[in-house]
Parts: sequence; C-alpha cells; structure tokens
Amino acid sequence: MGEFRGYGALLGAQIRSVTSYRASFVVELLSNVGSTGLDIVTVLVLFQAGRVVGGFTLAEAVLIVSLSACGFAMADFTVGNIDQLKTYVRTGRLDAVLVRPLSTLGQLVLMDLPLRKGLRLLLGATVLVLALRVNHIGWTPGRVVLVLVTPLAGAVFFGAIFVMSASLAFWWVESGEIGSSFTYGGRDFTSYPVPLYGGWFRAVFAYGLGFGFVAYQPALALLGRTDPVGLPPVAGYLSPLVALVAAGVAAAVWRTGIRHYRSTGS
Amino acid sequence: MTIIEMRDLRKDFTVRVRAGRLRRAKRTVSAVDGIDLAIRAGEMVGYIGPNGAGKSTTLKMLTGVLTPSSGHVAVCGLSPVPQRTKLALRIGVVFGQRSQLWWDLPLHESFALLRHIYRVPAADHAARLRRCVDLLDLGPFLDIPVRQLSLGQRMRGELTAALLHGPEVLFLDEPTIGLDVVSKQAVRSFLAELGASGDVTLVLTTHDLADIERLCRRLVVIDHGRVVHDGTIEDLHARYGSRRSLVVDLDSPLAPDFTLPGATVTTVSADRYRATFALDSVSASAAVARLMAVTAVRDLSLVEPDIEDVVRRLYAAT
Repeated sequence: MGEFRGYGALLGAQIRSVTSYRASFVVELLSNVGSTGLDIVTVLVLFQAGRVVGGFTLAEAVLIVSLSACGFAMADFTVGNIDQLKTYVRTGRLDAVLVRPLSTLGQLVLMDLPLRKGLRLLLGATVLVLALRVNHIGWTPGRVVLVLVTPLAGAVFFGAIFVMSASLAFWWVESGEIGSSFTYGGRDFTSYPVPLYGGWFRAVFAYGLGFGFVAYQPALALLGRTDPVGLPPVAGYLSPLVALVAAGVAAAVWRTGIRHYRSTGS
Repeated sequence: MTIIEMRDLRKDFTVRVRAGRLRRAKRTVSAVDGIDLAIRAGEMVGYIGPNGAGKSTTLKMLTGVLTPSSGHVAVCGLSPVPQRTKLALRIGVVFGQRSQLWWDLPLHESFALLRHIYRVPAADHAARLRRCVDLLDLGPFLDIPVRQLSLGQRMRGELTAALLHGPEVLFLDEPTIGLDVVSKQAVRSFLAELGASGDVTLVLTTHDLADIERLCRRLVVIDHGRVVHDGTIEDLHARYGSRRSLVVDLDSPLAPDFTLPGATVTTVSADRYRATFALDSVSASAAVARLMAVTAVRDLSLVEPDIEDVVRRLYAAT
C-alpha cells in the first residue's frame, strides 16, 4: 500500500520539524513527564491520609491509576493533538489538509504528533510494572492477555473521546476547552476506584459513558476481587468491546463533522 | 470532453447575527446560488467577481473541501466530497493563503514529501521538478526553510508543489495576490506556458484582471453566487458596448459644435487642444482620415477598451 509511505513521510516531516528547534523540544519533553507523574503522586497523597480508601489498598489503587495512565498516555501521544483541530478550522488551514490524497484524521494526527509526550508513555509503563509486582496477582494466561490488552483498549477508548471532543469544533468553532473536560476529566475519573463515586454521577460516567471499564474493572479481574458495586467478573474483560463501540461512535461523529466544515473566506 | 461539471450547484451558510443583547437570530445566506457551468479538458478559465461573490466557495466545492448544499458537481468524473482522496490525486490546488508546504523544512524537502504523499514514480517526479525549477527559477532557494522565503518565492514553491503529481486540473485561488510585478510576471508566464501545452485544465480566481487578459480565453463573472457572464473577453466588451477610443492632440482648439460621424466625443481638455472620441461604428483609420481632413492633428493614440472598466460596470449593474 503506497498510502503508508505517505503517512510515513508526514511522520518523518513532523520529527524533522520538531527537532529543528532542539532546545525547546527537550524542555517540553521533560516538562511533560511531570504532568503524568503528578497524577500518580495525587493517588499516593490520597492514600497517605487513609491506608484504605473505598475498600482499596494503596497498591490496588496504584494498579488502577497506572492502567488508566498507560491507556491515556498512549492515546494522548498518538491522537491527543487532534484538539488542535479547532485551530485548523478557525483559520481555514484544514483546506490544505482536505486537498491531499490521505485521510484527514490520519494527516492531522501525524502532522501534529506530540513527540514531546513520548516520555509519559515510558513513565506510565514503569508504574504499571511496579504495580503488578507489589500486588499479589495469581497469573493465568487470561490475566496475562488482560494486562496487555487493557492499556491498548484504554488507548482506543481515550482516543475516541479525543476525536469526539475535537469534532465539536466543526459545529462550534469557539468550543475552546469544553472538549478537554471530557478527555482530562475522563482520565481523572478512571484513575480512582469506581466505588469512590456515588449515585447518578457513577451511573452516568462509569457505566453510561463506559469509563468504569477502562481501568477499574480490568484491575478487579487482575486482582481476582469481586466488584463491591456488584458487576459480574466478566465485566473485567469488556474493555475492548467498550473501546470498539466508542471508536465507532467517534468515527461517525468525525465523518458528520467534516461535512459540516465551513472553511473561511479567503 | 467535459472535465468539470456543475448543475444548479448551491451552498448555503447559516450565520448568526446579533439581535439584541443576548439573542442571536439565524439567517441563511446563499454563497453559491445555482451555478451551471461545464468546462472542457484543456480550457483556461478565469473566474472573477467582487469579494464575497462565491468564487472561493465554488472552488472549495470543486476540490472536495466543502460539501454542496444541493445540486450536482463532478470533477474528472468524480464526486468531490465522497471521492475526495481519489480526486486529490488528479487535481492540483493552490490556495494563495493556505500553504501546502512544510513551514520549518527546506523547500526541496517539502517536494520530496509530496512525492510520497501522492505516490509519484521517482522518475516522473524528478522530471517535473526539474522543469519547474528551470521555469520558475527555484534553484537559489531550494535549501531554505519555507518560513524564511519571500511571498513571491513561496508562491513559486506552491505552484511547483501543486504540479509535481501531474494533475489534470489545476485550481488556483488568487495566485498573484500580494506579489510584486516581477513575481507576478514569472507566475503568469509559467501558467501561460502550462496552459499552452493543453495537458492541464486551468481554473483560476483573481482580482487582477491582467491575469485574465494574459491567461484566459474564457471568462466567468460571478456575483451574488450566480454566473452573470460566461464567454470570451471580446464577448464581454461587445455585450457591454465597450469601444476603442481615439485620443488626439490638435494644433488649434476643437470647435464646440465639432462632430465626427460614427464616433462620440467623450472628453475634451479645458483648453480644447486634446479630445477623446469613442469609436462607435467607424474604423480607427477612417476616423483618423476624417479628422485629418478637417483639422490639424499633432499627435494621436488609440486606446483599447479597459476590462477593469467593463467589469466595474458589470458589478454595479447586478
């Protein structure tokens, strides 16, 4: 497929463009590690107050946050910069993207690939490995697959959220940071055990929008714990399905959005 | 062979206008209001109209950027929006204000990237690039990052970028806007040569009527989203009664009751030593001969009708 070379060329161009400003690239790379680190530190601080929160120990909570962080970091690294779409729409630069023989989403992702977020991925993976070691996990082939699939499914899920919230810009150019409340808010939600949330909030976010299946349910399955909320054990293995549904919805929203693109006068 | 076809093509935009402190009223504006147009392969078509007439909107519907509100549009036999990527391989687009080049990379790297994006065989790419480098004199700045190029240099780069995949149709949105006289000339001669080869269909929008006079045999004038003229420049002059003018300097003041059969006096200088005649139904030589017979002419010149003037009248009339 010749198209892959086209995408490869875009990626190469992005790497060369970014590295043409070397010093600022290094600074951004390092400052980005900080933000993922902070998410994990928040969990540590919370558990410093009480050793057990919502029936979960510190080690268990770190497993949840690391699964969430891995998935999110992967999504943020690949499609996170799609939130730049609003700039492309507002300035009409999307025109130049639309006249090229490659997929619009693919081009936007590769043209803006946030290489500076690369180290976050490494940090998330490191914490995940540590969390797997401090928890006593009875390894079975099923759980090995689960621990590999969960971050990937999480990445697809968060990627879909990124694309959907970015698509707001097609209808509403001044969408500003509203999209971020779903992406970053969603990540924060998945960083904690679901029983910490209550009532309608839990019902809507954890089960209605599917955030509960990204890290919390798979962590329960890995630990062999029963869900205090009462979902059956199979819920731990549903993340790929939830991710696929989210991806399907995101693709439909994106396609409808493109047809609503209005460009700008020139 | 028809390569571009539009039938009753429309594009409506809803705009929100302030109607009071907080309320906003919705209003529908037709940017393109029912255009019918067919362009044959190899034609060079100039697309002109005042600001906001719908030129760019039409071009964006032809290139798959905007989805039409209604009507039929086909380019190279393809439907632009549903078959966007397929069409992109067969057309070239230069939007004066939207760069196709990589801002931080040297010009030649942008060209190399485009080869991969458009999947062009290396030999074809090299041959086309060599031709563009020669004709547009790109050699001196191929190694300079695009962000450091002058507008004229960048525009020559954009033209090259749009042609490297050998498009069948080239769309140009204001290709000479903001360029100095020399760069304008370079771009025009390049496009003239390209058009003369007949391999490429050229559609260009412009505000600079010199572009049209130099390049396009066919002129489409659009206003308020509709075609108000479609034909040659000569057709336009004939339709709006533009006439050639004869300007004469005389040895003695022109008599107040002077008449020249078949021509009208349009202006006379204050001292009446210089007069301009619009030639209605008389040839220039006959007019000159008659003038010389009755008065002493020191100098004379013949002025071709001014297209700017015609277009100004055309815009005002609609």
